[in-house]
Amino acid sequence: MQQIIKFLQKYRYFILFLLLEFTAIAFTIQSHSYHSSKFVNSANSITGGIYKKANTINQFFNLEIENQRLLEENTRLKNILSQKRIQPDIPYNTIIDTTLYFQSYNYVSAKIYTNSYTKRNNVLLINKGSKDGIQSEMGIVNSKGIIGVTKSISKNYSTIISILNKHTKINVKSKKEDHFGTLAWNGKDYRTVQLQDLPRQANIKIGDTIITGGKSTIFPEGELVGTIKDFEIENNTFKTINITLFNDMSSLSNVNIIQNLHKKEIQLLEATNDE
Amino acid sequence: MNNFIIQNTILFIVLVLLQVLILNNINLFGYLNPYIYIIFVILYPLRKEKGSFLFLSFLLGLSIDFFLNSGGINAAATLFIAYFRLSILTYILRKSDFDYQLFNVNSLPFGKSITFIFLLTFIHSLIIYTLEYFSFNDFFDIIKKTAFSTIFTVTMIYFIIILFTKKR
Repeated sequence: MQQIIKFLQKYRYFILFLLLEFTAIAFTIQSHSYHSSKFVNSANSITGGIYKKANTINQFFNLEIENQRLLEENTRLKNILSQKRIQPDIPYNTIIDTTLYFQSYNYVSAKIYTNSYTKRNNVLLINKGSKDGIQSEMGIVNSKGIIGVTKSISKNYSTIISILNKHTKINVKSKKEDHFGTLAWNGKDYRTVQLQDLPRQANIKIGDTIITGGKSTIFPEGELVGTIKDFEIENNTFKTINITLFNDMSSLSNVNIIQNLHKKEIQLLEATNDE
Repeated sequence: MNNFIIQNTILFIVLVLLQVLILNNINLFGYLNPYIYIIFVILYPLRKEKGSFLFLSFLLGLSIDFFLNSGGINAAATLFIAYFRLSILTYILRKSDFDYQLFNVNSLPFGKSITFIFLLTFIHSLIIYTLEYFSFNDFFDIIKKTAFSTIFTVTMIYFIIILFTKKR
């Protein structure tokens, strides 16, 4: 007993060091696995509050770019509206039948507080949380394309795993064909991401537009991603396909969160199929 | 003693805020950010009793991690250099017994103090980038980023120490 106490006393700093170091490594390993919920994240009132304060200053610096982007988006939406199909005249009897409308997605606006696009694993913080109906695994887009998927949610804030992260695997396809692939990032350049697992039958060219595939409940089909920059073919299969993003991931401000209104129903159906 | 606690608490908070609000947005050449907050480890006085120092260093790293969503990367790296600070110092000065109370980085000759800061920063950056990438495939990226980040950080830390600490 005496010996043990002596030993502990002699090596107490080393033991403290090992204990804390293992804690830190455990947090790190946890952060590298996509499925475990993280303890260390910035979606809490202290870090979120500080970032919120800092953002009130920062947002002035990109007001101009952001206004330009919103203006472009408005123009695009107005153009879509003006393409409305010519309807047969029903002058006195306008029928609004709600069963003709089928809404599957709901968009919520949010503001990005932090963006660390120089890191290997990018995580963003936004100003919407469980209070606003945000849940884990919801897609984040802006008018230029996809940005990421929500992860940790607190009452007022949520963190987003950006597409510039080791763990994002997003289902995408080429705009003109229905061959699906997976979007991933190799950590080199924040303007370029990689398309993987595209079947070799796919007929792609440089400059083709890549959009989301809509195979998951996170993103609807047709959200913009980017264009094909270059690709290599080895043994008849695609080796690396580089994609230039439409979004400038280094300057993001206002985004939309996509809520899938049929997520529960789809997941329930998939769960019963598995049995 | 009380003065000492207040001073270091303020330093702690200022360093965390400085790091997360300003320094992490520098992005020199598109990806370089200096890790100035480890100046806490460099400047914290040497004591026989190391427990509180180790715990504070861990806490400092973890605070940064909370802001950056990086798991425990900064905590692990900062704690590591905090634990090996004394060993590195004795190695550089080549003597095992020196006056703990009077030690100050400023009082060291230029070559020795810069080696001390360099070694701590290098180990810190290496651990950070290794844990961040977490794969051997990116070995060259890790080395490249560690090298540039170390140079940048050492330069900034050295100037801060010259400008903001009292010379004895």
